[in-house]
Amino acid sequence: MSEKRNLIIGGLIIGVIAVLLVKLGNPANMGFCIACFIRDIAGGVKLHSAGVVQYIRPEIIGLVCGAFLISLFKKDFRPKGGSSPLIRFVLGFFVMIGALVFLGCPLRMVLRIAGGDFNAIIGLIGFFCGILVGVFFLKKGYSLKRTYAQTKLEGAGITIINVLLLILLVAFPALLAFSAEGPGSKHAPIIVALIAGLVVGAIAQRTRLCMVGGLRDLVMFKDVTLLLGFLGILVAALILNLCFGFFHAGFAEQPIAHVDGLWNFLSMLSVGFGCVLLGGCPLRQLILSGEGNSDSAVTVLGLFLGAAFAHNFGLASSAAGTTMNGRIAVIIALIVMLVVAFTNLQKADQA
Amino acid sequence: MAKRTIDTRGRSCPEPVLMTQNALKTDAELEVLIDNPTALGNVSRLLDHQKKTFRVEERGEEWAILVEA
Repeated sequence: MSEKRNLIIGGLIIGVIAVLLVKLGNPANMGFCIACFIRDIAGGVKLHSAGVVQYIRPEIIGLVCGAFLISLFKKDFRPKGGSSPLIRFVLGFFVMIGALVFLGCPLRMVLRIAGGDFNAIIGLIGFFCGILVGVFFLKKGYSLKRTYAQTKLEGAGITIINVLLLILLVAFPALLAFSAEGPGSKHAPIIVALIAGLVVGAIAQRTRLCMVGGLRDLVMFKDVTLLLGFLGILVAALILNLCFGFFHAGFAEQPIAHVDGLWNFLSMLSVGFGCVLLGGCPLRQLILSGEGNSDSAVTVLGLFLGAAFAHNFGLASSAAGTTMNGRIAVIIALIVMLVVAFTNLQKADQA
Repeated sequence: MAKRTIDTRGRSCPEPVLMTQNALKTDAELEVLIDNPTALGNVSRLLDHQKKTFRVEERGEEWAILVEA
């Protein structure tokens, strides 16, 4: 029971923090977006040259470090890895492409719904269908095999990388790229964003909050526990959006969104499917990487490279809509995910 | 009858829950080996849900859930 209560409270706090970050400068309906923020960081270190989405987002650094610190404190820090790292990297890559065709990770999808963006409801339907496809393969015996214990340095690696990014941002900003306009130029103050990330990282680590896990467990085990976190975020963000006048219901002219329904559906279908194959949404991957799971760290690097490709090859959507390259990339993503799913079915006696 | 052991160590969620659920279809008595708190919580929740009697043994950094018939 306390697990459910913690998830509701944790979700509510995250929803409030997300809207406050928008109030303090983040782009609309983007208090948190793991996909967008990792993409901004990829731009910040000049892996892509899309001028409007370049910034080292302290929220991401905070999320990883927050999960790391609380897991150390609670003796939950367990360095492990070795469960099909390359496949996880590739899945991370294609989940990012799906998210950038939709324009948001599952967390931002919830925040977009809370802002009245009906396109995100189409995305949610696609996301749910993707999860159903993933669950089908899980029930058939899909597995990326087991992890093994790793060294402390392997487990802490992604946290160290994030601390170095923070040092770069604060001490050597001249080395980095910063958007002068567009979403990348809109951000809350560094210290606020960092603290928000740390708090949300700690909450997400303690509650195991996961956007994909909630719907997956509902379908597989009729268990709503994880879904309560998802609902907490939605309710808190919706109420606060209404208070601040951020809520605008409809399809058209939503912030950093497009109205291409079919591709909102299909891109989030690929995200839902890919996330079930990975065992968690991009937020959960960040948190697990902070806890010492180097497979999740590799997944995060896959997301990072996927973001760079998405902008270098014109796959990412914009408010103007999807691109032909992006639509083709989503189809390729779905094919790759099907191949991964089929080729990783274990026989029942091995499972 | 010998108790069946399900080794979920190293498996990421939801595999430990799924493995336990599948094993319960054929065996009433089980020993489930677990190596992370997330899986411990999830498998316990499944067993609670199915109204099974079980106890959790701590074994160093790992756990064993013993499900009774």
